[in-house]
Amino acid sequence: MTSQAIKNGAKPVIKCSSVYKVFGENAKKLLAKSNGRVDAKIFKDAGCVVGVNNASFEVYEGEILVVMGLSGSGKSTLLRCISRLTDTTAGDIFIDGQDLLAMTSKQLIELRRSKMGMVFQNFGLLPHKTVLENIAFPLQIKGKSTDDSVKRALEMVKLVGLDGRENYFPRQLSGGQQQRVGIARSLAVEPDIWFLDEPFSALDPLIRKEMQDEFLRLQGVLNKTILFVTHDFNEALRLADRIAIMKDGVIEQLDTPANIVLRPATEYVRKFTEEVPREKVLKIESVMDPAVDASLLGPLQVSNGAIIYTVAEAILTEPKHVAVINTLGEVVGSIHSAKIISMLFGQGNATHDKV
Amino acid sequence: MKLLKNHPKYVHFIALLTVFFLLCLTVTPNETNILWRLPPLFAGLPGSINGFAEHLMYDWFPVEIYDPELEEYETSALVRELTRGFSRGVLFCIEFVREILLGGVKTIVVFTSWDFVGDNKWAVWPALPWTVVSGGVMLLGYALRGKALALLAGLATAYIAIFGQWEPAMETLSFVLIAAPVSCLLGLFLGAVAYKSKAAETILMPLLNVAQTMPHFSYLIPVMVFFGVGDHAGAIATIIFATPPMIRLTLLGLKRVSLEVIEAGAMNGCTNAQMMLKVLIPTARRDILIGTNQVIMQCLAMAVIASFIGAKGLGFNLLLALNQLRIGQALELGICIVLIAVVLDKLSLAWANKQTDYFADYRFVQRHKYGIFFLVFLVTCVMLSVLGKFIFAGGINYFHLIPHNQGITTELFWQSGVDWMVENWYRGLQTFNNWLIIDVLMPMKTAYLGMPVSATFVLVMGIGFIIGGLRSALIVGGLLLFIAFTEWWDRALITAYMTSFAVLVSALIGIVVGSLCAQNSFASKLILVVCDTLQTFPSFIYLIPVIMLFGVTDTSVLIAVIVYATIPAVRYTVEGLSSVPATLQDAGSMSGVNKLQRWVNIEMPLAFPHIMLGVNQTVVFALFMVIIGAMIGTDDLGQYILKALSDKNGIGNGLMLGLCVAFLGLAVDHLIRTWADQKKVALGMA
Repeated sequence: MTSQAIKNGAKPVIKCSSVYKVFGENAKKLLAKSNGRVDAKIFKDAGCVVGVNNASFEVYEGEILVVMGLSGSGKSTLLRCISRLTDTTAGDIFIDGQDLLAMTSKQLIELRRSKMGMVFQNFGLLPHKTVLENIAFPLQIKGKSTDDSVKRALEMVKLVGLDGRENYFPRQLSGGQQQRVGIARSLAVEPDIWFLDEPFSALDPLIRKEMQDEFLRLQGVLNKTILFVTHDFNEALRLADRIAIMKDGVIEQLDTPANIVLRPATEYVRKFTEEVPREKVLKIESVMDPAVDASLLGPLQVSNGAIIYTVAEAILTEPKHVAVINTLGEVVGSIHSAKIISMLFGQGNATHDKV
Repeated sequence: MKLLKNHPKYVHFIALLTVFFLLCLTVTPNETNILWRLPPLFAGLPGSINGFAEHLMYDWFPVEIYDPELEEYETSALVRELTRGFSRGVLFCIEFVREILLGGVKTIVVFTSWDFVGDNKWAVWPALPWTVVSGGVMLLGYALRGKALALLAGLATAYIAIFGQWEPAMETLSFVLIAAPVSCLLGLFLGAVAYKSKAAETILMPLLNVAQTMPHFSYLIPVMVFFGVGDHAGAIATIIFATPPMIRLTLLGLKRVSLEVIEAGAMNGCTNAQMMLKVLIPTARRDILIGTNQVIMQCLAMAVIASFIGAKGLGFNLLLALNQLRIGQALELGICIVLIAVVLDKLSLAWANKQTDYFADYRFVQRHKYGIFFLVFLVTCVMLSVLGKFIFAGGINYFHLIPHNQGITTELFWQSGVDWMVENWYRGLQTFNNWLIIDVLMPMKTAYLGMPVSATFVLVMGIGFIIGGLRSALIVGGLLLFIAFTEWWDRALITAYMTSFAVLVSALIGIVVGSLCAQNSFASKLILVVCDTLQTFPSFIYLIPVIMLFGVTDTSVLIAVIVYATIPAVRYTVEGLSSVPATLQDAGSMSGVNKLQRWVNIEMPLAFPHIMLGVNQTVVFALFMVIIGAMIGTDDLGQYILKALSDKNGIGNGLMLGLCVAFLGLAVDHLIRTWADQKKVALGMA
């Protein structure tokens, strides 16, 4: 979807251009002096901390961009720069072509009331308001009538599956339920852009998986442009259209999950990908042979977008080559069980790289 | 030697003491010797303050004001008219509430005229039957907490009514009902301003520190000069005194709102106003309501002191009774005040701790059940009181209002009890009294007065330097320098000796009692409840029993001070000892410590910073009480403040004296707090 968008020359919804965020008293001066080449150590000796170091990227409509990194990598700082909860030290950020940093506070408030929604790690719910009131809060801030707000809030309650709990207070809900309220609240104004700051990190592992499924289901229905921050690489692999891996404020690699797993750009990225079971991440199209010898094909056909492990068993039990078809039913490549075996148990990477 | 080497601070301290004693022995008492006493450079300051105040009130910025009664114009100073207008406004509000509770004609007069009321005898607002107020308070208690609170409220109001103190109690209540909301709103506003503006906070904080350590009396004098005498003046003084804790707690509450809630509010597109009103303040609700609780308690504490400038009510009557040595009546009045204090305290705390509940599901009757019940109750009681008019025709209508001092009274019982005690224990009490004054207090007083000022400064600044470095030494030195340059250095020394004696005894008792109680969880809880209750008593209440037993002497004041000041010492000791981490206690157990070893090696060192904060509070409480003790007749700063009250040109003296007391308190506060913070960091508990 993203590659399609890029090919069509679509304009990005979010565009960051050389964004820097440095904390400290002489941040701006030091940055101007450094002329684009920021050395974290020099800055540290001068008493400044580099949060974001020269981030440039774009997020296209309808895509999920996951920013992943460990603590201190700058991922939350980057998100807060783009949502302008923090001001950048240098650089430009464009939202739908508008210069975010040049906006007046009035324009910013208008933007937040209509185009943006954010979900927080520790939920950020107002403790003195019920579930319904929390969800209706942004609508009330906007100035909508109570009737309209309540109607819309009830729709959102149904959307996230909290029927029957509209009148509960946050203290009466579990973590997962509270985050559902957070999600519902962020979607109440029908934002185009959806920010999520480690939304599932505070939840138990089992609930986390449920919430990820829920998240994917919502995206399937709503199709928002999403910027998602996490420290969990597996979560990133599961949810992202593209992943940006950050370390010490620098974006080490920005690419699709498959490409990151197949071709890690740096040693740091490679460390993450080493533990990943390839067959659960890659799709058939990454390991298939584009050349098709019709005479060798058997009856089995697999989709090029299928995750390998879902069709591995079928391929392994088929003695002949297997045709790989795209969504239109056309044959775009072939694959053989030997390839699968070398992929699963072999030492090397797949020889046919394609995305 | 090694001991000294390892603890350099002890060496410094010993050196300091040596210098101190040298100075004491060598410098001779001589008025002109600068090392003995500093020249009173600030002696002229009170005069200038007086002059300034007079100028402000009588000369500055004259304006023409129309006087409706005399029907002519007169010139008056702007400040005077502003304050007069403000006073009138406040007085109207107080009288309005008072008349709702007690009935009267003044409010009707405001809207019509005296002639109207004179002609129409029926134009009198009737008093609210005491049953209605009692029932209302019970209902409030039940709604906020439950049956226990309702019962307490009911018993308290019944006591007040039956013992014939209803009228003065309602006068005091109307006073609180006006002063408290104003203080709360003002404090909320200023706290919000301090939260948003760092500059405002840096200016406000030291002002609040001084405001909270200045003695109550000092507030009365400028208020009297600018606003006159009467209920409104008492209310204004109370508002000034009660607002600082509200500001502090609002600021604290707002700072404690979690960052995520604020960010969520920002991301929802809140304007600044929406952020403050819809996100910050509601989330900080509990701390803000605790501030409200503090305001109410301060208002009641001021009730007696405000009577000095004409505020009517229980405080005024209590003062009268004390002066006439009618101990029995003083005791009853004291109980009334305490009951009101306890009930208001518990009600406001229940409000702070009450979680919001959702009501939209209920039907109309359920939702407004308390309001409906109250209305029904109101109608019933009014009918009862009308009925009572016929039943008790000619006498007192018990269903309506029992007039002042015509209820039951146990005064004679208490009086005879006091007389019996004084008769039988006279010898013993006198011996104790004499011993204390002659063998302990007098020598101490002479010792303090015999210190040359240079020695005092060396000692105090030296301690400041040892504890907190140059900065502390300068702060403490500066504060004391102010006092030294006034004419009241000797008076300050007397205040200091009384306070230090009281603090020593209080701290000792407090730590011992606290340590004993902390051994047992039931005892800990019990003693904390006792401390809580005792702390709701307005401070002067403690004077009643001691006057009973020791008459009007320094001893009575000191004993009252010790009793009052021991409370924080006990409480902080218990709290500190209880919060020693369980892991450490377990580690101690496994090392095989006995009770004493545990207390000495584990509990005391770790609880020490917290206990020091308790001692800090003890000092503040003691200082306050010592000043209040001036009411019984001591010859320290408090006595001079009291004199300034009745002095026409007393504003200058009153303010300066107040600042002296405040600076004494602040100096000690600074030293103790710095020391406690350092210990905390050393223990890794910062």
